[in-house]
Amino acid sequence: MKLTRLLAALALLAALALAACGETQEETDGAAQDGEATQTAQEGQADPNAEIPQGLKTVSIPKQLGNPYEEFEHSGVDEALEELGGSNRVSGPTDASASSQIPIINAAVQQSPDAIIIAGNDPDAVAPALKQAAQRDIKVVGMDSDVAPDARSVFINQVTTQQVGEAQVESLGKQIDYQGEIAILSATANATNQNAWIEVMKETLKQDKYKDMKLVKIAYGDDDDQKSFQETQGLIQAYPNLKGIISPTTVGVAAAARYLSTSPQKGKIKLTGLGFPNQMRKFVKDGTVDEFQLWVPKDVGYLAGQAAAALVAGRITGKEGETFTAGRLGEYTIGANGEIVLGPLTTFNAENIDEFDF
Amino acid sequence: MRAVRTETAAPPAATPPAAGSQSRDWRSLLGRWETLLVGLLVVMAVGGQAISPEFLTADSFTTGSLDMSEIALMALAVALVIVAAEIDLSVASVMALSSALMAWLWNNNQPVEFIIPICVAVGALCGAFNGVLVTRFGLPSLAVTIGTLALFRGLAFVVIGDESVTDFPQVWTDRAFGNFAGTFIPNTVVLFAILAVVFAVLLHATPFGRSVFAIGANEEAAYFSGLRVKRIKLILFTLCGAVAALAGVVITLRNSTGAANVGQGFELTVVTAVLLGGVSIFGGRGTIAGVILALLLLGGIQKALLLSESISSYWIQIVTGTLLIVSVLGPNLARRAAEVRRRRSRPTPEEGP
Repeated sequence: MKLTRLLAALALLAALALAACGETQEETDGAAQDGEATQTAQEGQADPNAEIPQGLKTVSIPKQLGNPYEEFEHSGVDEALEELGGSNRVSGPTDASASSQIPIINAAVQQSPDAIIIAGNDPDAVAPALKQAAQRDIKVVGMDSDVAPDARSVFINQVTTQQVGEAQVESLGKQIDYQGEIAILSATANATNQNAWIEVMKETLKQDKYKDMKLVKIAYGDDDDQKSFQETQGLIQAYPNLKGIISPTTVGVAAAARYLSTSPQKGKIKLTGLGFPNQMRKFVKDGTVDEFQLWVPKDVGYLAGQAAAALVAGRITGKEGETFTAGRLGEYTIGANGEIVLGPLTTFNAENIDEFDF
Repeated sequence: MRAVRTETAAPPAATPPAAGSQSRDWRSLLGRWETLLVGLLVVMAVGGQAISPEFLTADSFTTGSLDMSEIALMALAVALVIVAAEIDLSVASVMALSSALMAWLWNNNQPVEFIIPICVAVGALCGAFNGVLVTRFGLPSLAVTIGTLALFRGLAFVVIGDESVTDFPQVWTDRAFGNFAGTFIPNTVVLFAILAVVFAVLLHATPFGRSVFAIGANEEAAYFSGLRVKRIKLILFTLCGAVAALAGVVITLRNSTGAANVGQGFELTVVTAVLLGGVSIFGGRGTIAGVILALLLLGGIQKALLLSESISSYWIQIVTGTLLIVSVLGPNLARRAAEVRRRRSRPTPEEGP
């Protein structure tokens, strides 16, 4: 009796499996044909004048759904694809771990889009799944945080370390006529990004142009709002001649602005840093902050979308030195390791801040 | 135990099913939870195919089953624990601890062949820790394993911190990621199949398995009939820890990443699979076959939702949660309905005035 039941269940399963196999056959055939078609279109070297096909389909995979920064970034991919007559679909995991991103990648690969654009949660863990995409001739573009270089064609980097360091020093320098005591309010003492940027800032300050600017102190607010607030207060008390502060962290610059906005030094001590327009808007409007900087996440996505289309069309293949035009952003050149740098930081001030919502 | 309960409820039905008439065979087949699951699988196949033409493909099976590998492995062991009327919610944390430990040992230049048994042994220890708290201190397993859920995950972070280790040898990652001998069946499914057979035999065809059912159905009766209840439970928890650690090894190699944050929330899916598979949350009832069908169903639904062009992945959590409730509620309602039907069709003397 038990056996009969088991057999019945098995029979049903077998029927299911058979149905599945039947489908598979068709699918594989279809895929093979598609593959051939693209292969012929892409033989040979990059052709900068190749036509971008209409109706491109891409899937963009954020680190996690529901993160406003990521959503803004991926809306840029949507924008690029719409502009090019194609469409993009955002499909992401509900938590920012590599193991949850893998099923999303696998499903995306199965849907056979023209390209996949991904902000990786882990460079290596997602690589095998992405390589499946390459095998099916789906182009892979990394952005924001890179995946293993052999698992993608190009990577869109927001900005280089060099660019951040130099731009931040220049931003403060021009506000204080390139002279006087300055301080840096960083995140934690061992934060990789911030330390790399601060190194570049120190190098930049050695240049002739900045020789009258004196870095008196690097304070650490630990990316904690309250601690950053107190550190700002401490800096101003300890260095009465302080002319300006650079805070290359979104938490730090917002806390410093909040302190300055209610202190007598408001507008006298200049503050710049890396901040979100939405957090900094009121301090720009009330005159506490003249300007601050950041990359525009939407542009990261837009450039990734444009790069994906250029890859599919065959305008670029991902080799160093190839160039392509990325719509409204202009021309870009692929650097070493397939890296494309979005470009210098965007500066936000009273004139343009209302154009940005992130 | 299922048969025993039916006997007490309705003596006339106590004759072995094999002797029953053809029509009753058919009805009992229909009434079985597993049959319902097979029906749901068919519905899912049709629905999934409607969502995406990519659904019923070998590819879906390969990637979908890979995604479910660890959950499937852990569900086998958790099924036994739940049949014994206990629960283990710490499995995903043991898995993470195993992954973190693997990363740490690999960083300290140990060979993978040596790391794997160490990890499994540590997992068994974790399970035994749960088991001792439950059996020797008489604590409820729900509370104990919620505690160790946090504890083992915390330990995992102590071992490796926020780091992730990714340079495992390719021979091993290929083994975990690859397919079996040129087919579309992943190696992890083969591993699961082997363990499934072992667990099915253990549960359904050995005196040990019968003791597990007896304990789950009525612990006191089992104790008074001479079963070593505490020892059997301790073995079950230990086994559960070891299997969870093995799942940790699998997920580490499969993703080529050892980290402490892997598989957060997996315990929910594991328990859902087990209960959806017809294992009673009150113990004493359930089959490994049912759990396998439930795993197919869960994996299929997850795949269909992922393949959908318009449904957000948030729905996977919503569906998992709903299925969990349905799978606890469903058998209860079904049993009540069956009871009512039986009373109507055949009023037993005890029920008469």
